[in-house]
Amino acid sequence: MVDRTSPSGGPQRPPLSAASLMLRLTGIAVVVGAVAAAFAYVHGTFDPQRLTPKALVDVLEKNNGVHPGFRRNHAKGVCVIGHFESSGEVREYSSAQVFNEPRTPVVGRFALPAGNPYAPDNSVPIRSLALRFTQTNGQQWRTGMNSMPVFPVGTPDAFYQLQQAQSPDPATGKPDPTKVPAFFAAHPEAVPFLTWVKTARPSASYVTETYNSINAFYLVNSSGQKQAVRWSMAPMARDSAPAAAEQGADFLERDLVQRLAEGPLRWQLNITLANPGDPVNDASKVWPDGRKVLNAGTLVLEKTQPQLSGDCRDINYDPLVLPAGIEGSEDPLLAARSAGYADSYLRRTSEVSQLPATRQEARP
Amino acid sequence: MRSQPTHFVLLARLLHWLMALMIIAMLFIGAGMVTSVSARHEWLIHLHKPLGIAILLLAVVRLLVRLTTHQPPLPADLPEWQVLAAKASHLVLYALMLVLPLLGWAMISASGEPVMLSNTLQLPAIVPADAQLFAILRKSHGYLAYLLFLTVLLHLAAALFHGWIRRDEVLGSMLRGRDRG
Repeated sequence: MVDRTSPSGGPQRPPLSAASLMLRLTGIAVVVGAVAAAFAYVHGTFDPQRLTPKALVDVLEKNNGVHPGFRRNHAKGVCVIGHFESSGEVREYSSAQVFNEPRTPVVGRFALPAGNPYAPDNSVPIRSLALRFTQTNGQQWRTGMNSMPVFPVGTPDAFYQLQQAQSPDPATGKPDPTKVPAFFAAHPEAVPFLTWVKTARPSASYVTETYNSINAFYLVNSSGQKQAVRWSMAPMARDSAPAAAEQGADFLERDLVQRLAEGPLRWQLNITLANPGDPVNDASKVWPDGRKVLNAGTLVLEKTQPQLSGDCRDINYDPLVLPAGIEGSEDPLLAARSAGYADSYLRRTSEVSQLPATRQEARP
Repeated sequence: MRSQPTHFVLLARLLHWLMALMIIAMLFIGAGMVTSVSARHEWLIHLHKPLGIAILLLAVVRLLVRLTTHQPPLPADLPEWQVLAAKASHLVLYALMLVLPLLGWAMISASGEPVMLSNTLQLPAIVPADAQLFAILRKSHGYLAYLLFLTVLLHLAAALFHGWIRRDEVLGSMLRGRDRG
């Protein structure tokens, strides 16, 4: 560093008066304090009401308990390995390699949208499918899809309030049963979801479900044209009879393992093109029927792996990990999912050593 | 060549002020990014990654400039503890300028995500994908960023102390290229 070999310290300055010294010291404190305060402001220190990734994940932990090493939501699941066979039909809409190469490897995960890794499979009427496509150029496409067609709410704040409505009351230790109905009464945007959920029954199999992106994205082609889309994975074999009897709490994974033992399972990736005016920033709104739907190709799943040791365990299915040719939309839930998942991912990767060594079993 | 310059060379001063802006912007981007779930989170991340790599490249250039040019000496009458503090804080600043971007790069590598600087510009992974390693790198990245911010504040306070209280040549040696007339 700097050596102190200068023979002179420069001309001697006259000493500062006490008042001048105080003034100058105060000046330094003000400058340094202002920078520190600006930093604290950006960090949200003065704004405890700001919705942060931490607050989002904290409320999930409050509602579901902390299960070290597990995802804070969609905690119970199973890894699947397979590949995607592109049809070439999306090529003119997106430059992404996944739509242009014949075959892209996939690591996926079927899961139950609940925060408790030991929740019985029939406790939630929704199933989810997350996929990571790894392109030959190294770029990835990660997507987390759900079997419902729309999301209950359109904004991160409303999602947070919905979670808060389900939090245990400190007095009773149980959620206040009036809070969720009160929330929905104040949130008419939830009507499409509530209408759907009335008819939804917990399916006996992961295999018979259609999984929807729910959020909108843009396909971008090589000339830079953008097309708003939503996508879904529709099962190609539609036998609704469960392979295994719907017994116990873990029938979904058993059913999947059994079906895959008989051969690969296939889904068709349908990409729905928005018409001008369709909402791309609100996942609580359905797009009307009659939209053009492209058959992008076929997802082929070949085998399962336990989620505690499988390849999907350490993947954060952040929906904004996208290859060139696919972009996020203005949907505010996308950034919130990305930010919240990152927080959950850091918590659970810090706890890997606490994961149960044995295969995950449902608790009675 | 003079062996006892009174000011930093032009390139050193340019790098100092350019990187000062970039590093302070980077610290604020990081602080805003990790405490937001809005669209801001997304565009701040897209700024954070390429800016971090730019800082890493400039830090390497700066280290070379530092090692190959003469720096103005500290004032001869500076108390010994302030000399030590000056040397230690500069060591910390240089180390963190290099280490923080590398930690950011390594932590994304460890997460198994592609390290994308833009839609198409991808860097290779510098460590294998490993969840436990990711957690250690991610936490180190955060804690060391706070340390860098505190060191920057200290550096700022010391610079003003030299300029306003001691009124020696230290602040001027980074502000100007020539002796004051």
